[in-house]
Amino acid sequence: MSNSFFKKVVGETNEYERTPIPNESLKGGNSFLGMYAGEHTAGTEFVIGPLFVAHGVSAGDLIFGLLIGNLLAVLSWGLITGPIAASKRLTLYYQLERIAGKNVVRWYNLVNSLMFCFLAGSMIAVSATAVGIPFDLEMPTLSDWLPRTPGWILTVLLMGGVITLVAIQGYSQVSKFANVMSPWMILVFFAAAIVGLAQLGVGSFESLLSIAQEVIWNGVPLAGMSKFTIWHIIFFAWFCNMAMHIGMSDLTILRYAKSWTYGFHSFAGVFLGHFVAWIASGILYSVFLQADSASQEFAPGAIAYETLGIAGAICVVIAGWTTANPTIYRAGLALQAIFPKVSTWKITAIVGGITSLAACFPALVMKLLDFVALYGLLLMPMGAVIFADFYFSKKMGFQSEAALNSKSDFSIPALLSWVLTLVFCLGLNLFYGVEIFFLGLPGWFVAIAIFIVLSKIKYPLAKSLSQ
Amino acid sequence: MKILMKIGSFLSLALTIVPSILFFVGDLELSQMKWYMGIGMVLWFVTAPFWINKPSKSEQL
Repeated sequence: MSNSFFKKVVGETNEYERTPIPNESLKGGNSFLGMYAGEHTAGTEFVIGPLFVAHGVSAGDLIFGLLIGNLLAVLSWGLITGPIAASKRLTLYYQLERIAGKNVVRWYNLVNSLMFCFLAGSMIAVSATAVGIPFDLEMPTLSDWLPRTPGWILTVLLMGGVITLVAIQGYSQVSKFANVMSPWMILVFFAAAIVGLAQLGVGSFESLLSIAQEVIWNGVPLAGMSKFTIWHIIFFAWFCNMAMHIGMSDLTILRYAKSWTYGFHSFAGVFLGHFVAWIASGILYSVFLQADSASQEFAPGAIAYETLGIAGAICVVIAGWTTANPTIYRAGLALQAIFPKVSTWKITAIVGGITSLAACFPALVMKLLDFVALYGLLLMPMGAVIFADFYFSKKMGFQSEAALNSKSDFSIPALLSWVLTLVFCLGLNLFYGVEIFFLGLPGWFVAIAIFIVLSKIKYPLAKSLSQ
Repeated sequence: MKILMKIGSFLSLALTIVPSILFFVGDLELSQMKWYMGIGMVLWFVTAPFWINKPSKSEQL
């Protein structure tokens, strides 16, 4: 827990924080293939696949929805994030600061860090469903919002404490550990699908089709769950990483790319993690439901243990841990940008505490689909602002990177684009009943339109030049 | 040494995926499959960290 160690870690992460990446530091395509494959085979995959089953999606809707949605996600990374990252070669935060100003970025960081805390919390809860197996812990159910037993709270808090301590010790070791575990975890997902299909009685291609359609994804939602259609699957697969592609978080990663086309390398992640892994975890859950169709229990760890033994349970723990740990660390960094005088380890400890408390509530797991959609939606408008600034500032006649060029810490157009877009999306949800999964697309266009109009008023190009 | 570690890692990956295929075709019991997968997991844990990340350290993001 020495300060020198933290300085070293933070120093590494802050490399080129406020300067473009120099040519000699650019990375080849294989780095991005590996990074995306590892990043998107995570603890969340053990929850999302089963929730699709619980929401009664049909087999055809799932397969075609995932193919289309994942393709749209790859195109978003490749055509929207990649070109801007390769052109500017700046982090999301610095790019945003140049456009929106320091004070707006502070609010962005606060929202970002809170979302990171909740995401990490859900992963701690997922890991707890595996850690609790030897202690015969009563597992949460689909309708649970509050913790069921003191044992659950104790397990989650202990896990949260350990994960926070490791996060305080540093980021790079856990990141390396996640890289090491990634190939094995991907194969465990493949194995889960194969074993699950065997347990469901699949013996031929014909039986695979009939069991997939009639048993696994039979189109009937579980009690208390809403019905999902192909549109839900397309939009969820497309926008579950909305913060990363059209929300531009991955500018920070893709700025290292030798070619603008490396955004397309995200296909390795989405088609392994968001196709194979979601299907595999859905099959696992279906095996569990076959044993007890009336069960409302939702415990990925216990389900994986039943089918794959200790390897399945450990895989859930590692997947949850390797997702939660860097997420806590990133949340700490985002929060530290707001409170730069507080040391990193103290900030990480506070973030870990918030995360552990959040993890006590199973609602974070049971409502993970909604939470992931909300997380992307909250951050997306700032990505739209970066997109509009990059492509439309000259064409539409307003000043690009207005905060930097006008030496301002606060850009009204950027802030209002963010807030008004979210108000618009909230209105669509409250007054027209549009589900959260579908709000990102209209919201993106609205954010761009608001930013262009307000920038033309506040920072017109002619006026700026005359000044 | 690194070669040995790599061989051990690939063996562990085989122990992770092949038993599930053998279970699928009916050549292995579920309990046996779980054991082999568990052994594969331990083997991966003790071999993979010694060579993954190492050669491509400069390439890591």
